[in-house]
Amino acid sequence: MPVDVDARVVSNIRLSDDYNVVCLDAPALALGAQPGQFVMIKPVTGFEPLLRRPFSIFEVLPTSNSAPTGFSLLNKRVGIGTEILYSVEVDQEIRCLGPLGVPFTLVGPPQEAWIVAGGVGLAPFLTLASALQQSGTPTTLFYGGRRSADLFYLDAFTQLGVELVLATEDGSRGESGLVTAPLERALTASVVSAKPTLYACGPTPMMRTVAGLAAAHGRPCQVSLEPVMGCGMGGCYSCVVPVCNSEDEPTHFVRACLEGPVFDSQTITWNRL
Amino acid sequence: MDLNVDIGSLRLKNPLIAASGCFGYGVEYAEVVNLKTLGGIAVKGLFLSEREGHNPPRIVETPAGMLNAIGLQGIGVHRFVAEKLPDLYSQGATVIVNICGSTIDEYVEITRILADADGVNAIELNISCPNIKAGGITFGNSAVGTSEVVQAVRSVTKLPIIPKLTPNVTDIAGIARAAEEAGADAVSLVNTFLAMAIDVETRRPALSNGVGGLSGPAIRPIAVRMVYECSQAVTIPIIGMGGIMTARDVLEFIIAGATAVQVGTANFVNPNLWPKLLADLKEYLSRHNIERVQDLVGTLELTETQVWNSS
Ligand SMILES: Cc1cc2nc3c(=O)[nH]c(=O)nc-3n(C[C@H](O)[C@H](O)[C@H](O)COP(=O)(O)O)c2cc1C
Repeated sequence: MPVDVDARVVSNIRLSDDYNVVCLDAPALALGAQPGQFVMIKPVTGFEPLLRRPFSIFEVLPTSNSAPTGFSLLNKRVGIGTEILYSVEVDQEIRCLGPLGVPFTLVGPPQEAWIVAGGVGLAPFLTLASALQQSGTPTTLFYGGRRSADLFYLDAFTQLGVELVLATEDGSRGESGLVTAPLERALTASVVSAKPTLYACGPTPMMRTVAGLAAAHGRPCQVSLEPVMGCGMGGCYSCVVPVCNSEDEPTHFVRACLEGPVFDSQTITWNRL
Repeated sequence: MDLNVDIGSLRLKNPLIAASGCFGYGVEYAEVVNLKTLGGIAVKGLFLSEREGHNPPRIVETPAGMLNAIGLQGIGVHRFVAEKLPDLYSQGATVIVNICGSTIDEYVEITRILADADGVNAIELNISCPNIKAGGITFGNSAVGTSEVVQAVRSVTKLPIIPKLTPNVTDIAGIARAAEEAGADAVSLVNTFLAMAIDVETRRPALSNGVGGLSGPAIRPIAVRMVYECSQAVTIPIIGMGGIMTARDVLEFIIAGATAVQVGTANFVNPNLWPKLLADLKEYLSRHNIERVQDLVGTLELTETQVWNSS
């Protein structure tokens, strides 16, 4: 059940000129949060900007097994809301509504989990990786960014026992190019051994490619979509995505805030997204 | 303290109503809002059949507001009656069903279905959605069209009928008058203002539909003026809306002449704003020694030079 709380900023960790992690004190919200769920954040109390923004829950804090005190957000400044979040001050209060949305469906051993993240698309995966670690599920993270300095929290994933496959567009870390290239090779090589379930979040073209690869290799794939949202509650019908659940059903729009943000990639009508 | 207000034969327990299209079918908010504490819930606009709506992007933020072109995606009246209404009814919600039609027959048909269902308290005629080409707006744009729809619906139901007016006209008071003469129990206003936002990098409209409706605090002063204008023209109750965020804004509409108000965009910002709105409204009434909220309706004080009439 979602709660709407004024969460105090505990820390604002600048990761780079564009990225930061904001840690928020919000026990009631963090308590029920599941991997893949999101919160609606009001970056300022006034009207500029007016609406809230959806953010994935990056970590449930503390990251140890003690009772949750809050959560963190991975933020990349791209517009007015994320710009404000980049420069929040400690002790400032931010209104947060959540947890919201359908979480990831977890696989368990002996199955493997392959996570595919592009840029800020890493956001929903730290909580997922911890849940997978708890069940002892072998997990690999395919993580791509523009350059080495855009790849974050690698140690945190390594500590969770996650195997890393990195790619940067400028070749400054890991493989040069898009992360979908090593993913494709791994899928081709894994036909007989690993039977991975894929989890993807990132730019739409990346997710479309991952969905295509998953389908071609007959692997299940869950994607976390990030459309523009107005309310996060199912009230406004802005965040719709085109889905088709069966062949005898036409593509129709469903609200990502209620039926997502996590979707089975096979149900998405990608050429209309 | 008496917060009841009357909209035709319908008594609302307070003047605060959730605006259509900004509160889903109501049930979406049940975990966060105690639905029966609202004066009413105007549900998402319904056609006879299901509707797909426009392609995304469907909203864009603008200064102190937003544009939307949802395109009235909806489940249609049959599924609403079967799947949503029983839930609303059992939770004690006061339900105002917002309906849309491409033809007068469609309005009439939907009304017949709703009049036979349990749990419908009033019908709001959406003759003012700016985002769809063939639809209610062609009626709401003129006094004659408004009158035709209201009369046709009036002839098939005793439920309170509330035509919802568009602000995208030169003489909204004339349209309110036509609605009253045709037998409406109240009028609600305003729907959104037809507007446009452009991405200057791509030189394309920000919305896939090209144009959309402006809502939020940006429109409030125009909406207040229109409510005042209509209150000078009709005797039936007015339900005012447009940019309400706080109890102060609610009071502005009531003083201008609204018997009740609707809150739309503010739900997106603060999904459970209702308890505070109600508490602040009560605080005002007690501070001003006003026993009944109805006594505040249309109590605007004007000096001689401030008297203004559009016609
Ligand atoms: C996303 C959105 C969807 C809307 N859908 C409807 C609708 O289905 N029917 C209707 O009569 N008005 C609809 N409206 C208009 C609102 O009910 C209201 O008239 C308008 O937004 C002004 O009030 P506000 O500034 O409080 O939002 C919609 C408004 C928004 C923002």
